Amino acid sequence: MSAPVSVILDSWNYLVVICLMMGGLFIVISQNNLVKKLVGLAIFQTSVFLFYISVGKMAGGTAPILMKSGDAAYSNPLPHVLILTAIVVGVATTALGLALVLRINAAFGSIEDDEVLAMKAADGEPRGRRGEDDAEDQQ
Amino acid sequence: MAGSLTNILLLALLVFILVLVIRTRRLFPVVVLAGAYSLVSAAMFVNLDAVDVAFTEAAVGAGISTVLFLAAMAYLPGTEKEPPEARGLLHILPALIVCVVGGALLILAAVELPAIGDPNAPAHVHVAPRYLEESGSILHIPNVVTTVLASYRGFDTFGETVVVFTAGLGVLVLLAGRTRTALRRRKDADDADTGEGSDA
Repeated sequence: MSAPVSVILDSWNYLVVICLMMGGLFIVISQNNLVKKLVGLAIFQTSVFLFYISVGKMAGGTAPILMKSGDAAYSNPLPHVLILTAIVVGVATTALGLALVLRINAAFGSIEDDEVLAMKAADGEPRGRRGEDDAEDQQ
Repeated sequence: MAGSLTNILLLALLVFILVLVIRTRRLFPVVVLAGAYSLVSAAMFVNLDAVDVAFTEAAVGAGISTVLFLAAMAYLPGTEKEPPEARGLLHILPALIVCVVGGALLILAAVELPAIGDPNAPAHVHVAPRYLEESGSILHIPNVVTTVLASYRGFDTFGETVVVFTAGLGVLVLLAGRTRTALRRRKDADDADTGEGSDA
């Protein structure tokens, strides 16, 4: 291990991506709004993608599309393939999450998880919408 | 290469967008910021030589995802509730501790990783050279990502399709149930004449 500065420069992408990941995780844990939680999850996911693509980067390489003239250095195609799959699966999970949120909103009239939990604790079953939420919905 | 200016600027932009997402209370801007986050990531993917991933992220992550969020927002309250003042910092303290400790552990692990772009990193010397050298003469597809996706790892892609199909079924089941609930609630509301509970 050499001087700290060069270590930081060598793994600069990793360090920032970890900060972004933890930011996404922070949103998922600390925010009560379910839509915002989903956005946090999407940010977490995209940060993991960035991490994988950073691992696949080759110094002086180009995109892994074969060229006629022999010896070009290509970046690693394998992480790209894995992340292509992950992006599509990520959208599928987002869609499922949003459908759940719509369902929760229909049942409880709220998408704040503390309110939903309080309602569940209060009467053990879903209640109808409350007036103030209705007013906001109409906008 | 990892320290190139474009890279640093794009990462700074991502951090900026993240802070905005955390601080914004109205949900519509949050959703649009999430789309912007995806788009900036797509730019970073181009910078890191992953052009296929950049296409997909821009089309699917920034496009379809944002459209799904906006479509859902049409049925949801547009603003996050203000948390009670009394809870303040104490409310976010557990999340903060988890994230700081988790981040510190990950950073400890990350500084031990090979430098970005190092040609001798384990990730670059396992199967990737074989894909790059053989696929051109065996399968005659210039784009190696396509070759690996559809041929070498075709079963992965099949599994992905199954996952997407399952998620689609799940969404259909959930939303169909929602319609029935709305109908039942409307009927209950008519019966009990409570008035407000039936605008869905």
